[in-house]
Amino acid sequence: MITQLLTAAILLLTLQMLGSARLGVLIRSVALQAGAMILLGIFSAHELPNWHEGLLLLTTFLLKCLVFPLLLRRALRETVIHREVEPLIGYTRSLFIGLVLLGAGLWIATRLPLPPKTINPFQLAIALATIGSGFILIVGRVKAITQTIGYLVLENGIGMLGFVLATGSPLIIEMGILLDIFVGIFVMGILMLDINREFDHMDTDKLSTLRDL
Amino acid sequence: MSTEQLLLIEPLIGGLLCGFISKNTLRRSLLILFSLGHFVLTLFCVVKGPDPHPGNLLGADALSLLFLLITSTLFLPVSIAMSRYLARQKTEEKPTSLFASEAVFTAALLLFLFSMTLAILSQHIGLFWMAVEATTLSSAPLICYHRSAQTLEAAWKYLLICSVGIAMALIGNIALMVATSFDPALTDTSLAFAHLIQHAHQLQPIWIKIAFVFFLIGYGTKMGLAPMHTWLPDAHSEAPSPVSALLSGALLNCAFLGIIRIQMLLRAAGLEHFSQELLLFFGISSMLIAGMFIIRQTGYKRMLAYSSVEHMGILAVALGCAGSFATFGGMFHALNHSLIKGSLFLTAGLILHRYRTKNIDEVTGILQRSPITGVLWILGFLAICGVPPFSVFNSEMSIMTGLATQHHWIILGLMLLALALVFIGLAALMPRMAYGTPQANTEKMPPEKPIDWIPPVLLCATSLVLGIWMPAFLRNVIQMAADQIGS
Repeated sequence: MITQLLTAAILLLTLQMLGSARLGVLIRSVALQAGAMILLGIFSAHELPNWHEGLLLLTTFLLKCLVFPLLLRRALRETVIHREVEPLIGYTRSLFIGLVLLGAGLWIATRLPLPPKTINPFQLAIALATIGSGFILIVGRVKAITQTIGYLVLENGIGMLGFVLATGSPLIIEMGILLDIFVGIFVMGILMLDINREFDHMDTDKLSTLRDL
Repeated sequence: MSTEQLLLIEPLIGGLLCGFISKNTLRRSLLILFSLGHFVLTLFCVVKGPDPHPGNLLGADALSLLFLLITSTLFLPVSIAMSRYLARQKTEEKPTSLFASEAVFTAALLLFLFSMTLAILSQHIGLFWMAVEATTLSSAPLICYHRSAQTLEAAWKYLLICSVGIAMALIGNIALMVATSFDPALTDTSLAFAHLIQHAHQLQPIWIKIAFVFFLIGYGTKMGLAPMHTWLPDAHSEAPSPVSALLSGALLNCAFLGIIRIQMLLRAAGLEHFSQELLLFFGISSMLIAGMFIIRQTGYKRMLAYSSVEHMGILAVALGCAGSFATFGGMFHALNHSLIKGSLFLTAGLILHRYRTKNIDEVTGILQRSPITGVLWILGFLAICGVPPFSVFNSEMSIMTGLATQHHWIILGLMLLALALVFIGLAALMPRMAYGTPQANTEKMPPEKPIDWIPPVLLCATSLVLGIWMPAFLRNVIQMAADQIGS
């Protein structure tokens, strides 16, 4: 029951982020989604996590639900004047693509041979849709900060995939924490490495002097 | 302590040490010393021969030895060029922030060597993944050493695209774990490459295929296979030239090693047709796309970067073709490409220093201005296009023989078309830069010192010698690596 509620929450937050216009909302939602993802991992495990897994889950929680939201908020305060998301792919269209991804995820999940311990194909489908939505946020939004959030959504999807399929193998959680280093570097890049001072603003769309077409 | 462990620890200590040394000349000599140490240790490992039963985490099998040899052989001359490059830069500008300081740069360089060594020596899919992530993290500060809008853009693009690639490879890892979870006999199985290959038939075939696709996309991004190559021309053209040489000659190979190891797993599971078709597709598309972008290219470092995309395509085709000729040719080609591309990027660095522009149109008369650089540029052009007697000719010939013996006629035709495209593109651009009368403003630039030429000459000469005569020990190392892949 509780795992189903958490799964539904993850899906709703994914869809909300695709359709949301405000950066502040995105930062809050991605942190909430990470929290739901970690709880899902705890509740869908067959036994309580041992101290090693517990420590890893705690690190993930601290990073994704406390450190990154705070850092992202600071980046938002210090660097962004316009707090809109500035989409390249419109909100309605993003939402529509999100729903198509969910459908595709369901289609894939019901056709794949699932490992014996897997609970239900809907969770797999929602994990896949979340990964796809992360891609949309990375590719379809202008600001560097939105791309960072998109990357976090992608990570949430992968984390959920790990919990659902590999039943929370500690190796996968460790690797997820290592992926978080990238997020840290992106935020640091926005805050410190002059991404906005050099370009006056941090639209990666304006980072386009290097190209061939 | 085994030689492999020493090989790992040595650049790590070097990197940490160099980060805290404030005396420039000492730090630059240490850089060369540590890369020399790495080279000597690598030779020890090669002489010792491959470990038939590498550990579950670290170990030097035949493939590791070959790629170690490539990386270390390239890193030694590059470190000499790097110390000269840093000496030239230092007199010109002051560092502005932490990441622009030379100590941090040198430390990142040696940590980059450490992470590549770790990737090459790792025998575990998770450890390999972590090492590839470490290579990305340690090489990003190298790309944006000069703080400018372009280098930051290149580094941002590199980090973003490669981090998504690494996330894809993580999905590949998850899929491989799922593949092991079907057979109850495999529940507590280790995820070492050798162990997985041993139990390949007990794995779930569909999930192995899914894993392969994600690994190919993930590590293929890092390797620069088209269409995931978009970070590569920017990073290679904006990074300092010795760094470009390392990215092209060493880093891309490390990612390729990951694809090789996964391909070995698919072969062991009897799914090689699936993976070979994908490899051939990505290989040929990389070659063709690189060929199209090389024609009418305006920057010479971007041109070299696209040539790297082309050669990575050739490696993917060689792996996808299988068979003894193509596999041997592919392994030999990885070495040849590193040697000659290293030489070309170092030469490009000398040209850039003299002419102060990356624009092909603004560079003429290198032969007049600085004859040795000009000759190196022309020889590099001939070598990279596969003109005999350079060794690239031998390896490309071997790969094409392999394609012909396997009756991959369409692939062979497309490969020849792509090679012709690249040749036409490079022939229209590179000789033009060497001949003609040089621009007047290049006269007042300080001329090169003899030591500037030593690294590219060494690399170019090695390629020339290997084209004519291959020492038995090297043939042996390449053959063992090819045998390990299987044919």
